[in-house]
Amino acid sequence: MSLTSDPPVTRAVEKEPVAGPELVVVPVRHPWRWVAVAVTAVLLVQFVHGLVTNPGWEWDVFAAFFTTETVLRAVWVTLQLTFHGTALGFAIGIVLAFMRLSASPFLRSVAFGYIWAFRSIPLIVQLLFWFNLAYLYKELSIGIPFGPSFLSFDTTGLVGEMSAAVLGLALHQAAYAAEIVRGGVLAVDEGQVQAAASLGIPRLRQVRRIVLPQAMRSILPNAANEIISLFKGTSIVSVMAIGELFYQVQVVYGRNGRVVPLLMVATAWYVLLTTALSVVQHYVERHYAKGSVR
Amino acid sequence: MSSVTVDPAAEAQAATTAKVEIRAVHKTFGPLHVLRGIDLDVRAGEVTVVLGPSGSGKSTLLRTINHLEKVDSGTVSVDGTLVGYRRSGNKLYELRERDILKQRTRIGFVFQNFHLFPHLTVLENIVEAPVSALKRPRKEAEAAARTLLERVGLADKAEAYPKQLSGGQQQRVAIARALALEPGLLLFDEPTSALDPELVGEVLDVIKDLAASGTTMIVVTHEIGFAREVADTVVFMDEGRIVEQGPPAEVLDSPRHERTRAFLSKVL
Ligand SMILES: Nc1ncnc2c1ncn2[C@@H]1O[C@H](COP(=O)(O)OP(=O)(O)O)[C@@H](O)[C@H]1O
Ligand SMILES: [Mg+2]
Repeated sequence: MSLTSDPPVTRAVEKEPVAGPELVVVPVRHPWRWVAVAVTAVLLVQFVHGLVTNPGWEWDVFAAFFTTETVLRAVWVTLQLTFHGTALGFAIGIVLAFMRLSASPFLRSVAFGYIWAFRSIPLIVQLLFWFNLAYLYKELSIGIPFGPSFLSFDTTGLVGEMSAAVLGLALHQAAYAAEIVRGGVLAVDEGQVQAAASLGIPRLRQVRRIVLPQAMRSILPNAANEIISLFKGTSIVSVMAIGELFYQVQVVYGRNGRVVPLLMVATAWYVLLTTALSVVQHYVERHYAKGSVR
Repeated sequence: MSSVTVDPAAEAQAATTAKVEIRAVHKTFGPLHVLRGIDLDVRAGEVTVVLGPSGSGKSTLLRTINHLEKVDSGTVSVDGTLVGYRRSGNKLYELRERDILKQRTRIGFVFQNFHLFPHLTVLENIVEAPVSALKRPRKEAEAAARTLLERVGLADKAEAYPKQLSGGQQQRVAIARALALEPGLLLFDEPTSALDPELVGEVLDVIKDLAASGTTMIVVTHEIGFAREVADTVVFMDEGRIVEQGPPAEVLDSPRHERTRAFLSKVL
Protein backbone atom coordinates (compact mmCIF):
# COMPACT_ATOMS: atom_id res chain seq x y z
CA MET A 1 0.00 0.00 0.00
CA SER A 2 0.98 3.60 -0.42
CA LEU A 3 0.53 4.59 3.18
CA THR A 4 4.09 5.80 3.50
CA SER A 5 3.85 8.14 0.53
CA ASP A 6 0.49 9.66 1.40
CA PRO A 7 0.48 13.02 3.15
CA PRO A 8 -0.23 12.56 6.85
CA VAL A 9 -3.88 13.45 6.65
CA THR A 10 -5.02 10.71 9.02
CA ARG A 11 -3.15 9.41 12.01
CA ALA A 12 -0.26 7.20 11.07
CA VAL A 13 -1.44 3.58 11.28
CA GLU A 14 1.80 1.68 11.46
CA LYS A 15 4.98 3.58 10.91
CA GLU A 16 6.99 1.44 8.45
CA PRO A 17 10.71 1.87 8.62
CA VAL A 18 12.13 4.24 6.06
CA ALA A 19 14.11 2.34 3.37
CA GLY A 20 17.65 2.00 4.59
CA PRO A 21 20.80 0.40 3.22
CA GLU A 22 20.16 -2.85 5.09
CA LEU A 23 16.90 -3.60 3.19
CA VAL A 24 17.17 -6.43 0.65
CA VAL A 25 14.85 -6.79 -2.37
CA VAL A 26 13.45 -10.33 -2.69
CA PRO A 27 12.10 -11.03 -6.20
CA VAL A 28 8.80 -12.89 -6.58
CA ARG A 29 9.29 -16.62 -7.18
CA HIS A 30 7.66 -18.40 -10.11
CA PRO A 31 7.62 -22.14 -9.26
CA TRP A 32 5.20 -23.06 -12.09
CA ARG A 33 7.42 -21.40 -14.63
CA TRP A 34 10.20 -23.78 -13.61
CA VAL A 35 7.89 -26.75 -13.99
CA ALA A 36 6.94 -25.59 -17.49
CA VAL A 37 10.61 -25.14 -18.40
CA ALA A 38 11.46 -28.63 -17.19
CA VAL A 39 8.61 -30.31 -19.08
CA THR A 40 9.42 -28.44 -22.29
CA ALA A 41 13.11 -29.32 -21.99
CA VAL A 42 12.36 -33.03 -21.58
CA LEU A 43 10.06 -33.04 -24.61
CA LEU A 44 12.66 -31.18 -26.65
CA VAL A 45 15.42 -33.62 -25.76
CA GLN A 46 13.17 -36.55 -26.64
CA PHE A 47 12.35 -35.01 -30.00
CA VAL A 48 15.99 -34.36 -30.91
CA HIS A 49 16.97 -37.82 -29.67
CA GLY A 50 14.31 -39.30 -31.92
CA LEU A 51 15.53 -37.29 -34.92
CA VAL A 52 19.06 -38.53 -34.47
CA THR A 53 18.53 -42.15 -33.47
CA ASN A 54 15.37 -43.26 -35.29
CA PRO A 55 16.66 -45.06 -38.41
CA GLY A 56 13.40 -44.16 -40.20
CA TRP A 57 14.77 -40.68 -40.92
CA GLU A 58 17.51 -42.27 -43.03
CA TRP A 59 19.96 -39.41 -42.66
CA ASP A 60 22.37 -41.10 -45.05
CA VAL A 61 19.77 -40.89 -47.83
CA PHE A 62 19.14 -37.27 -46.89
CA ALA A 63 22.84 -36.48 -47.16
CA ALA A 64 23.11 -38.27 -50.49
CA PHE A 65 20.30 -36.27 -52.06
CA PHE A 66 20.61 -32.87 -50.37
CA THR A 67 23.03 -31.48 -52.95
CA THR A 68 22.47 -33.66 -55.98
CA GLU A 69 22.15 -31.83 -59.26
CA THR A 70 18.46 -32.67 -59.63
CA VAL A 71 17.67 -31.12 -56.27
CA LEU A 72 19.87 -28.07 -56.83
CA ARG A 73 18.26 -27.44 -60.19
CA ALA A 74 14.84 -27.75 -58.55
CA VAL A 75 15.87 -25.23 -55.86
CA TRP A 76 16.90 -22.87 -58.64
CA VAL A 77 13.50 -23.22 -60.33
CA THR A 78 11.79 -22.51 -57.00
CA LEU A 79 13.90 -19.39 -56.52
CA GLN A 80 13.10 -18.20 -60.03
CA LEU A 81 9.38 -18.68 -59.47
CA THR A 82 9.64 -16.75 -56.21
CA PHE A 83 11.69 -13.93 -57.68
CA HIS A 84 9.60 -13.38 -60.79
CA GLY A 85 6.33 -13.90 -58.96
CA THR A 86 7.33 -11.34 -56.32
CA ALA A 87 8.75 -8.78 -58.73
CA LEU A 88 5.83 -8.90 -61.13
CA GLY A 89 3.31 -9.26 -58.31
CA PHE A 90 4.54 -6.18 -56.43
CA ALA A 91 4.89 -4.16 -59.64
CA ILE A 92 1.23 -4.81 -60.45
CA GLY A 93 0.37 -4.38 -56.76
CA ILE A 94 1.87 -0.89 -56.58
CA VAL A 95 -0.13 0.18 -59.63
CA LEU A 96 -3.30 -1.29 -58.10
CA ALA A 97 -2.61 0.41 -54.77
CA PHE A 98 -2.38 3.84 -56.38
CA MET A 99 -5.46 3.09 -58.47
CA ARG A 100 -7.34 2.39 -55.24
CA LEU A 101 -6.05 5.65 -53.78
CA SER A 102 -6.83 7.71 -56.89
CA ALA A 103 -9.57 10.31 -57.12
CA SER A 104 -11.21 8.52 -60.05
CA PRO A 105 -14.11 6.29 -58.99
CA PHE A 106 -13.61 4.20 -62.13
CA LEU A 107 -9.95 3.41 -61.39
CA ARG A 108 -10.83 2.77 -57.75
CA SER A 109 -13.57 0.30 -58.68
CA VAL A 110 -11.44 -1.56 -61.20
CA ALA A 111 -8.67 -2.01 -58.64
CA PHE A 112 -11.17 -3.02 -56.00
CA GLY A 113 -12.73 -5.54 -58.40
CA TYR A 114 -9.35 -7.04 -59.24
CA ILE A 115 -8.40 -7.43 -55.59
CA TRP A 116 -11.79 -8.89 -54.77
CA ALA A 117 -11.56 -11.43 -57.61
CA PHE A 118 -8.00 -12.58 -57.08
CA ARG A 119 -8.37 -12.89 -53.34
CA SER A 120 -11.48 -14.98 -53.84
CA ILE A 121 -10.09 -17.52 -56.32
CA PRO A 122 -7.91 -20.23 -54.77
CA LEU A 123 -4.40 -20.05 -56.17
CA ILE A 124 -4.44 -23.63 -57.35
CA VAL A 125 -7.62 -23.10 -59.35
CA GLN A 126 -6.17 -19.99 -60.91
CA LEU A 127 -2.95 -21.75 -61.82
CA LEU A 128 -4.85 -24.49 -63.60
CA PHE A 129 -6.79 -21.84 -65.53
CA TRP A 130 -3.56 -20.23 -66.74
CA PHE A 131 -2.14 -23.60 -67.58
CA ASN A 132 -5.13 -24.22 -69.77
CA LEU A 133 -5.18 -20.73 -71.26
CA ALA A 134 -4.68 -22.10 -74.71
CA TYR A 135 -8.13 -23.64 -74.53
CA LEU A 136 -9.69 -20.26 -73.79
CA TYR A 137 -7.83 -17.98 -76.18
CA LYS A 138 -6.05 -19.33 -79.20
CA GLU A 139 -4.17 -16.11 -79.84
CA LEU A 140 -3.20 -13.06 -77.80
CA SER A 141 -2.55 -9.81 -79.60
CA ILE A 142 -1.28 -6.37 -78.71
CA GLY A 143 -2.70 -3.44 -80.62
CA ILE A 144 -5.67 -1.10 -80.77
CA PRO A 145 -8.58 -2.68 -78.88
CA PHE A 146 -10.99 -4.25 -81.35
CA GLY A 147 -8.75 -2.83 -84.11
CA PRO A 148 -5.63 -3.92 -85.97
CA SER A 149 -2.97 -5.59 -83.89
CA PHE A 150 0.76 -4.91 -83.94
CA LEU A 151 1.90 -8.07 -82.28
CA SER A 152 0.26 -11.37 -81.75
CA PHE A 153 1.24 -14.60 -80.07
CA ASP A 154 0.13 -18.10 -80.26
CA THR A 155 -0.96 -18.86 -76.71
CA THR A 156 0.40 -22.36 -76.63
CA GLY A 157 3.87 -20.98 -77.26
CA LEU A 158 3.50 -17.87 -75.14
CA VAL A 159 2.19 -19.37 -71.96
CA GLY A 160 4.68 -22.10 -71.40
CA GLU A 161 4.51 -23.97 -68.13
CA MET A 162 6.93 -21.65 -66.40
CA SER A 163 5.27 -18.44 -67.61
CA ALA A 164 1.84 -19.75 -66.70
CA ALA A 165 3.10 -20.48 -63.20
CA VAL A 166 4.81 -17.09 -62.80
CA LEU A 167 1.76 -15.31 -64.18
CA GLY A 168 -0.57 -17.15 -61.82
CA LEU A 169 1.62 -16.54 -58.79
CA ALA A 170 2.15 -12.87 -59.69
CA LEU A 171 -1.50 -12.06 -60.36
CA HIS A 172 -2.42 -13.73 -57.10
CA GLN A 173 0.36 -11.94 -55.26
CA ALA A 174 -0.57 -8.57 -56.78
CA ALA A 175 -3.93 -8.55 -55.01
CA TYR A 176 -2.26 -8.95 -51.61
CA ALA A 177 0.66 -6.65 -52.46
CA ALA A 178 -1.79 -3.91 -53.47
CA GLU A 179 -3.41 -3.92 -50.05
CA ILE A 180 -0.07 -3.97 -48.27
CA VAL A 181 1.25 -1.04 -50.29
CA ARG A 182 -2.00 0.89 -49.85
CA GLY A 183 -1.87 0.34 -46.11
CA GLY A 184 1.71 1.59 -46.05
CA VAL A 185 0.87 4.72 -48.00
CA LEU A 186 -2.12 5.46 -45.76
CA ALA A 187 0.12 5.14 -42.71
CA VAL A 188 2.25 8.08 -43.86
CA ASP A 189 1.26 11.32 -42.12
CA GLU A 190 -0.89 13.53 -44.35
CA GLY A 191 1.26 16.51 -43.40
CA GLN A 192 4.14 14.98 -45.34
CA VAL A 193 2.30 15.23 -48.65
CA GLN A 194 1.08 18.72 -47.75
CA ALA A 195 4.60 19.87 -46.98
CA ALA A 196 5.85 18.38 -50.23
CA ALA A 197 2.99 19.99 -52.16
CA SER A 198 3.57 23.36 -50.52
CA LEU A 199 7.21 23.19 -51.64
CA GLY A 200 6.12 22.57 -55.23
CA ILE A 201 7.86 19.20 -55.42
CA PRO A 202 6.63 17.43 -58.59
CA ARG A 203 3.95 14.80 -58.02
CA LEU A 204 5.91 11.72 -59.03
CA ARG A 205 8.84 12.88 -56.97
CA GLN A 206 6.53 13.37 -53.94
CA VAL A 207 5.55 9.72 -54.23
CA ARG A 208 9.02 8.33 -54.86
CA ARG A 209 11.08 10.48 -52.55
CA ILE A 210 8.73 11.42 -49.72
CA VAL A 211 5.83 8.96 -49.47
CA LEU A 212 7.15 5.54 -50.50
CA PRO A 213 10.34 5.55 -48.40
CA GLN A 214 8.23 6.30 -45.33
CA ALA A 215 5.55 3.82 -46.34
CA MET A 216 8.28 1.17 -46.67
CA ARG A 217 8.56 1.00 -42.90
CA SER A 218 5.11 -0.52 -42.56
CA ILE A 219 5.17 -2.24 -45.97
CA LEU A 220 8.35 -4.23 -45.36
CA PRO A 221 7.36 -6.60 -42.54
CA ASN A 222 4.16 -7.50 -44.39
CA ALA A 223 5.92 -7.75 -47.72
CA ALA A 224 8.52 -10.09 -46.23
CA ASN A 225 5.72 -12.30 -44.93
CA GLU A 226 4.21 -12.37 -48.41
CA ILE A 227 7.50 -13.20 -50.11
CA ILE A 228 8.21 -16.01 -47.69
CA SER A 229 4.72 -17.39 -48.07
CA LEU A 230 5.01 -17.15 -51.86
CA PHE A 231 8.36 -18.92 -51.67
CA LYS A 232 6.80 -21.87 -49.91
CA GLY A 233 3.63 -21.47 -51.96
CA THR A 234 5.58 -22.26 -55.11
CA SER A 235 5.21 -25.90 -54.06
CA ILE A 236 1.61 -25.63 -55.26
CA VAL A 237 2.99 -25.31 -58.77
CA SER A 238 3.90 -29.00 -58.56
CA VAL A 239 0.35 -29.71 -59.81
CA MET A 240 1.52 -28.32 -63.15
CA ALA A 241 4.41 -30.78 -63.32
CA ILE A 242 7.00 -28.01 -63.16
CA GLY A 243 10.31 -29.21 -61.80
CA GLU A 244 10.42 -27.06 -58.71
CA LEU A 245 11.69 -28.37 -55.39
CA PHE A 246 8.60 -30.13 -54.07
CA TYR A 247 7.69 -31.72 -57.43
CA GLN A 248 11.23 -32.95 -58.01
CA VAL A 249 11.43 -34.49 -54.55
CA GLN A 250 8.15 -36.31 -55.20
CA VAL A 251 9.54 -37.62 -58.47
CA VAL A 252 12.63 -38.94 -56.72
CA TYR A 253 10.79 -40.69 -53.88
CA GLY A 254 8.32 -42.04 -56.42
CA ARG A 255 11.26 -43.85 -57.95
CA ASN A 256 13.21 -44.97 -54.85
CA GLY A 257 10.46 -45.07 -52.22
CA ARG A 258 12.49 -43.10 -49.63
CA VAL A 259 9.68 -40.70 -48.80
CA VAL A 260 10.70 -39.35 -45.41
CA PRO A 261 14.35 -38.44 -46.05
CA LEU A 262 13.42 -36.80 -49.33
CA LEU A 263 10.68 -34.74 -47.71
CA MET A 264 13.38 -33.70 -45.24
CA VAL A 265 15.58 -32.61 -48.13
CA ALA A 266 12.83 -30.29 -49.35
CA THR A 267 12.09 -29.11 -45.81
CA ALA A 268 15.72 -28.32 -45.11
CA TRP A 269 15.99 -26.24 -48.27
CA TYR A 270 12.80 -24.32 -47.49
CA VAL A 271 14.02 -23.61 -43.96
CA LEU A 272 17.48 -22.58 -45.12
CA LEU A 273 16.24 -20.17 -47.77
CA THR A 274 13.52 -18.70 -45.56
CA THR A 275 16.20 -17.98 -42.99
CA ALA A 276 18.26 -16.25 -45.66
CA LEU A 277 15.24 -14.13 -46.62
CA SER A 278 14.71 -13.16 -42.99
CA VAL A 279 18.30 -12.00 -42.75
CA VAL A 280 17.89 -9.90 -45.88
CA GLN A 281 14.67 -8.49 -44.42
CA HIS A 282 16.52 -7.41 -41.30
CA TYR A 283 19.03 -5.36 -43.28
CA VAL A 284 16.49 -3.84 -45.66
CA GLU A 285 14.36 -2.76 -42.71
CA ARG A 286 17.37 -1.21 -41.08
CA HIS A 287 18.03 0.77 -44.23
CA TYR A 288 14.52 2.23 -44.25
CA ALA A 289 14.61 3.02 -40.53
CA LYS A 290 16.99 5.90 -41.25
CA GLY A 291 16.13 8.96 -39.19
CA SER A 292 13.73 7.13 -36.88
CA VAL A 293 14.32 6.90 -33.18
CA ARG A 294 12.37 3.71 -32.71
CA MET B 1 21.38 37.42 -37.27
CA SER B 2 24.50 39.01 -38.65
CA SER B 3 24.03 38.01 -42.28
CA VAL B 4 20.58 39.56 -42.60
CA THR B 5 21.86 43.09 -43.00
CA VAL B 6 24.14 42.19 -45.92
CA ASP B 7 22.96 44.53 -48.64
CA PRO B 8 22.86 42.49 -51.87
CA ALA B 9 20.83 39.70 -50.34
CA ALA B 10 18.34 42.06 -48.77
CA GLU B 11 17.99 43.98 -52.02
CA ALA B 12 17.43 40.84 -54.05
CA GLN B 13 14.75 39.77 -51.61
CA ALA B 14 13.08 43.17 -51.57
CA ALA B 15 13.05 43.18 -55.35
CA THR B 16 11.17 39.86 -55.55
CA THR B 17 8.84 40.33 -52.64
CA ALA B 18 5.17 39.96 -53.46
CA LYS B 19 1.86 41.62 -52.64
CA VAL B 20 -1.27 39.63 -51.90
CA GLU B 21 -4.86 40.46 -52.86
CA ILE B 22 -7.72 38.37 -51.52
CA ARG B 23 -11.18 39.14 -52.88
CA ALA B 24 -14.53 37.85 -51.60
CA VAL B 25 -13.22 34.40 -50.74
CA HIS B 26 -15.74 31.83 -49.57
CA LYS B 27 -14.96 28.30 -48.47
CA THR B 28 -17.20 25.56 -47.13
CA PHE B 29 -16.49 22.11 -45.77
CA GLY B 30 -19.76 20.30 -46.32
CA PRO B 31 -22.33 22.22 -44.28
CA LEU B 32 -19.62 24.24 -42.51
CA HIS B 33 -19.17 27.76 -43.92
CA VAL B 34 -15.58 28.38 -42.86
CA LEU B 35 -14.65 31.51 -44.84
CA ARG B 36 -17.53 33.95 -45.34
CA GLY B 37 -16.31 36.59 -47.75
CA ILE B 38 -12.72 37.48 -46.95
CA ASP B 39 -11.18 40.62 -48.45
CA LEU B 40 -7.60 41.33 -47.57
CA ASP B 41 -4.73 43.30 -49.07
CA VAL B 42 -1.15 42.78 -48.05
CA ARG B 43 1.34 45.22 -49.48
CA ALA B 44 4.73 44.00 -50.70
CA GLY B 45 7.29 43.80 -47.91
CA GLU B 46 4.72 44.08 -45.12
CA VAL B 47 4.07 41.79 -42.21
CA THR B 48 0.45 40.92 -41.49
CA VAL B 49 -0.43 39.10 -38.30
CA VAL B 50 -3.72 37.22 -38.21
CA LEU B 51 -5.37 36.71 -34.83
CA GLY B 52 -8.58 34.96 -33.94
CA PRO B 53 -10.11 32.21 -31.85
CA SER B 54 -9.60 28.57 -32.73
CA GLY B 55 -11.85 27.45 -35.57
CA SER B 56 -12.31 30.97 -36.95
CA GLY B 57 -10.78 29.93 -40.30
CA LYS B 58 -7.25 31.31 -40.01
CA SER B 59 -5.50 28.16 -41.21
CA THR B 60 -8.01 27.68 -44.00
CA LEU B 61 -7.43 31.25 -45.19
CA LEU B 62 -3.68 30.73 -45.18
CA ARG B 63 -4.04 27.45 -47.07
CA THR B 64 -6.16 29.05 -49.79
CA ILE B 65 -3.34 31.49 -50.47
CA ASN B 66 -1.07 28.73 -51.78
CA HIS B 67 -3.99 26.65 -53.05
CA LEU B 68 -3.57 23.80 -50.59
CA GLU B 69 -7.29 24.49 -50.17
CA LYS B 70 -9.46 25.29 -53.18
CA VAL B 71 -11.82 28.26 -52.73
CA ASP B 72 -15.54 27.93 -53.49
CA SER B 73 -15.72 31.46 -54.83
CA GLY B 74 -13.62 34.59 -54.88
CA THR B 75 -10.01 35.02 -55.95
CA VAL B 76 -6.57 35.05 -54.43
CA SER B 77 -3.69 36.65 -56.27
CA VAL B 78 -0.05 36.88 -55.37
CA ASP B 79 1.95 39.58 -57.06
CA GLY B 80 -0.87 40.18 -59.52
CA THR B 81 -1.05 36.52 -60.61
CA LEU B 82 -4.16 34.50 -59.79
CA VAL B 83 -3.42 31.49 -57.60
CA GLY B 84 -4.75 28.18 -58.94
CA TYR B 85 -6.57 29.68 -61.93
CA ARG B 86 -5.99 31.36 -65.24
CA ARG B 87 -8.35 34.11 -66.29
CA SER B 88 -9.56 34.44 -69.83
CA GLY B 89 -12.36 36.91 -70.41
CA ASN B 90 -14.82 36.35 -67.58
CA LYS B 91 -13.91 32.70 -67.13
CA LEU B 92 -11.55 31.16 -64.63
CA TYR B 93 -9.79 28.04 -65.83
CA GLU B 94 -8.44 25.76 -63.16
CA LEU B 95 -4.71 25.24 -63.57
CA ARG B 96 -3.14 21.82 -63.97
CA GLU B 97 -1.43 20.45 -60.90
CA ARG B 98 1.97 20.97 -62.44
CA ASP B 99 1.35 24.70 -62.85
CA ILE B 100 -0.04 25.01 -59.34
CA LEU B 101 3.08 23.32 -57.99
CA LYS B 102 5.16 25.84 -59.90
CA GLN B 103 3.18 28.72 -58.36
CA ARG B 104 3.80 27.31 -54.90
CA THR B 105 7.55 27.57 -55.31
CA ARG B 106 7.03 31.36 -55.02
CA ILE B 107 5.20 30.97 -51.70
CA GLY B 108 6.82 29.55 -48.58
CA PHE B 109 4.60 27.80 -46.04
CA VAL B 110 5.60 26.99 -42.46
CA PHE B 111 3.35 24.56 -40.60
CA GLN B 112 2.44 24.40 -36.94
CA ASN B 113 3.82 20.85 -36.72
CA PHE B 114 6.88 21.49 -38.93
CA HIS B 115 6.23 18.50 -41.22
CA LEU B 116 9.91 17.93 -41.87
CA PHE B 117 10.67 14.79 -43.85
CA PRO B 118 11.81 12.42 -41.08
CA HIS B 119 13.78 10.04 -43.32
CA LEU B 120 15.93 12.81 -44.80
CA THR B 121 18.71 14.72 -43.09
CA VAL B 122 18.33 18.41 -42.37
CA LEU B 123 20.40 19.26 -45.44
CA GLU B 124 18.39 16.87 -47.65
CA ASN B 125 15.16 18.39 -46.35
CA ILE B 126 16.26 21.85 -47.42
CA VAL B 127 17.78 20.83 -50.74
CA GLU B 128 14.88 18.66 -51.93
CA ALA B 129 12.61 21.37 -53.36
CA PRO B 130 15.27 23.55 -55.02
CA VAL B 131 16.68 20.47 -56.74
CA SER B 132 13.45 18.76 -57.78
CA ALA B 133 11.14 21.74 -58.31
CA LEU B 134 13.53 24.44 -59.48
CA LYS B 135 16.07 22.06 -61.08
CA ARG B 136 18.99 23.70 -59.28
CA PRO B 137 22.29 21.81 -59.42
CA ARG B 138 22.64 19.86 -56.18
CA LYS B 139 26.03 21.36 -55.29
CA GLU B 140 24.71 24.87 -55.61
CA ALA B 141 21.57 24.06 -53.63
CA GLU B 142 23.63 22.49 -50.85
CA ALA B 143 25.84 25.54 -50.56
CA ALA B 144 22.76 27.76 -50.37
CA ALA B 145 21.22 25.43 -47.79
CA ARG B 146 24.28 25.68 -45.56
CA THR B 147 24.10 29.46 -45.73
CA LEU B 148 20.45 29.30 -44.72
CA LEU B 149 21.25 26.97 -41.84
CA GLU B 150 23.82 29.47 -40.63
CA ARG B 151 21.18 32.15 -40.82
CA VAL B 152 18.79 30.21 -38.57
CA GLY B 153 21.66 29.29 -36.25
CA LEU B 154 21.88 25.58 -37.07
CA ALA B 155 25.02 25.35 -39.17
CA ASP B 156 26.21 22.31 -37.20
CA LYS B 157 23.00 20.30 -37.71
CA ALA B 158 23.19 19.77 -41.47
CA GLU B 159 23.71 16.01 -41.20
CA ALA B 160 21.27 15.43 -38.32
CA TYR B 161 17.86 13.82 -38.76
CA PRO B 162 14.80 15.86 -37.69
CA LYS B 163 13.96 13.54 -34.79
CA GLN B 164 17.36 14.29 -33.26
CA LEU B 165 16.46 17.99 -32.94
CA SER B 166 14.35 19.92 -30.45
CA GLY B 167 11.01 21.36 -31.55
CA GLY B 168 12.45 24.84 -31.88
CA GLN B 169 15.34 23.56 -33.97
CA GLN B 170 12.97 21.59 -36.19
CA GLN B 171 10.84 24.66 -36.82
CA ARG B 172 13.93 26.68 -37.71
CA VAL B 173 14.89 23.97 -40.21
CA ALA B 174 11.36 24.13 -41.61
CA ILE B 175 11.76 27.88 -42.05
CA ALA B 176 15.10 27.37 -43.79
CA ARG B 177 13.43 24.77 -46.03
CA ALA B 178 10.76 27.28 -47.03
CA LEU B 179 13.37 29.97 -47.62
CA ALA B 180 15.41 27.72 -49.92
CA LEU B 181 12.97 28.49 -52.74
CA GLU B 182 13.59 32.22 -52.24
CA PRO B 183 9.86 32.89 -52.03
CA GLY B 184 8.44 36.40 -52.34
CA LEU B 185 5.79 35.53 -49.77
CA LEU B 186 6.00 33.58 -46.52
CA LEU B 187 3.00 32.09 -44.75
CA PHE B 188 3.28 30.96 -41.12
CA ASP B 189 0.52 28.92 -39.52
CA GLU B 190 0.96 29.14 -35.75
CA PRO B 191 4.70 28.47 -36.05
CA THR B 192 5.26 28.39 -32.28
CA SER B 193 2.07 26.73 -31.04
CA ALA B 194 3.57 23.23 -30.93
CA LEU B 195 6.64 24.34 -29.01
CA ASP B 196 7.56 24.23 -25.36
CA PRO B 197 7.43 27.78 -23.95
CA GLU B 198 11.19 28.08 -23.59
CA LEU B 199 11.67 27.32 -27.31
CA VAL B 200 9.23 29.92 -28.63
CA GLY B 201 11.73 32.78 -28.46
CA GLU B 202 14.34 31.26 -30.76
CA VAL B 203 11.77 30.70 -33.52
CA LEU B 204 10.22 34.16 -33.15
CA ASP B 205 13.70 35.68 -33.36
CA VAL B 206 14.24 34.03 -36.74
CA ILE B 207 10.87 35.26 -37.99
CA LYS B 208 11.60 38.81 -36.75
CA ASP B 209 14.86 38.68 -38.65
CA LEU B 210 13.02 37.74 -41.83
CA ALA B 211 10.50 40.51 -41.29
CA ALA B 212 13.35 42.98 -41.14
CA SER B 213 14.74 41.68 -44.43
CA GLY B 214 11.61 42.83 -46.27
CA THR B 215 9.88 39.61 -47.32
CA THR B 216 6.09 39.81 -47.38
CA MET B 217 4.75 37.68 -44.55
CA ILE B 218 1.39 36.58 -43.23
CA VAL B 219 1.67 35.10 -39.75
CA VAL B 220 -1.10 33.36 -37.86
CA THR B 221 -0.14 33.42 -34.20
CA HIS B 222 -1.34 33.92 -30.67
CA GLU B 223 1.86 35.76 -29.68
CA ILE B 224 0.51 39.25 -29.06
CA GLY B 225 3.92 40.63 -28.10
CA PHE B 226 5.31 39.47 -31.41
CA ALA B 227 2.39 41.07 -33.27
CA ARG B 228 2.93 44.37 -31.50
CA GLU B 229 6.63 44.39 -32.29
CA VAL B 230 6.71 43.12 -35.86
CA ALA B 231 3.33 43.55 -37.56
CA ASP B 232 2.53 46.35 -39.96
CA THR B 233 -1.08 45.24 -39.90
CA VAL B 234 -3.01 43.13 -37.43
CA VAL B 235 -6.10 41.32 -38.69
CA PHE B 236 -8.67 39.89 -36.30
CA MET B 237 -10.81 37.04 -37.62
CA ASP B 238 -13.90 35.46 -36.12
CA GLU B 239 -16.35 32.94 -37.58
CA GLY B 240 -14.95 33.17 -41.07
CA ARG B 241 -14.95 36.95 -41.33
CA ILE B 242 -12.39 39.67 -40.81
CA VAL B 243 -13.83 41.62 -37.90
CA GLU B 244 -11.26 44.38 -37.85
CA GLN B 245 -7.82 45.24 -39.12
CA GLY B 246 -5.33 48.03 -38.73
CA PRO B 247 -1.96 48.93 -37.23
CA PRO B 248 -1.11 46.95 -34.09
CA ALA B 249 -1.42 49.96 -31.83
CA GLU B 250 -5.00 50.44 -32.98
CA VAL B 251 -6.25 46.85 -33.03
CA LEU B 252 -4.39 45.62 -29.98
CA ASP B 253 -4.65 48.63 -27.71
CA SER B 254 -7.96 50.21 -28.65
CA PRO B 255 -10.02 47.63 -30.51
CA ARG B 256 -13.30 48.93 -31.86
CA HIS B 257 -15.19 45.66 -31.77
CA GLU B 258 -16.49 43.89 -28.74
CA ARG B 259 -15.39 40.49 -30.07
CA THR B 260 -11.82 41.66 -30.57
CA ARG B 261 -11.78 43.02 -27.05
CA ALA B 262 -13.15 39.78 -25.64
CA PHE B 263 -10.56 37.73 -27.52
CA LEU B 264 -7.64 39.92 -26.50
CA SER B 265 -8.64 39.86 -22.86
CA LYS B 266 -8.36 36.05 -23.05
CA VAL B 267 -4.96 35.78 -24.70
CA LEU B 268 -3.21 38.71 -23.03
N1 LIG C 1 -10.35 19.59 -44.29
C1 LIG C 1 -11.38 19.95 -43.49
N2 LIG C 1 -12.55 19.27 -43.53
C2 LIG C 1 -13.59 19.63 -42.75
N3 LIG C 1 -13.57 20.66 -41.89
C3 LIG C 1 -12.45 21.39 -41.81
C4 LIG C 1 -11.30 21.07 -42.59
N4 LIG C 1 -10.32 21.96 -42.28
C5 LIG C 1 -10.85 22.79 -41.35
N5 LIG C 1 -12.12 22.45 -41.07
C6 LIG C 1 -13.01 23.15 -40.13
O1 LIG C 1 -13.05 24.51 -40.50
C7 LIG C 1 -13.07 25.32 -39.36
C8 LIG C 1 -11.95 26.34 -39.43
O2 LIG C 1 -10.74 25.64 -39.31
P1 LIG C 1 -9.33 26.36 -39.31
O3 LIG C 1 -9.19 27.17 -40.54
O4 LIG C 1 -8.31 25.31 -39.08
O5 LIG C 1 -9.45 27.30 -38.03
P2 LIG C 1 -8.30 28.00 -37.20
O6 LIG C 1 -7.00 27.80 -37.91
O7 LIG C 1 -8.70 29.43 -37.13
O8 LIG C 1 -8.32 27.37 -35.86
C9 LIG C 1 -12.98 24.41 -38.15
O9 LIG C 1 -14.28 24.26 -37.64
C10 LIG C 1 -12.48 23.14 -38.71
O10 LIG C 1 -12.98 22.04 -37.99
MG1 LIG D 1 -5.27 26.74 -37.31
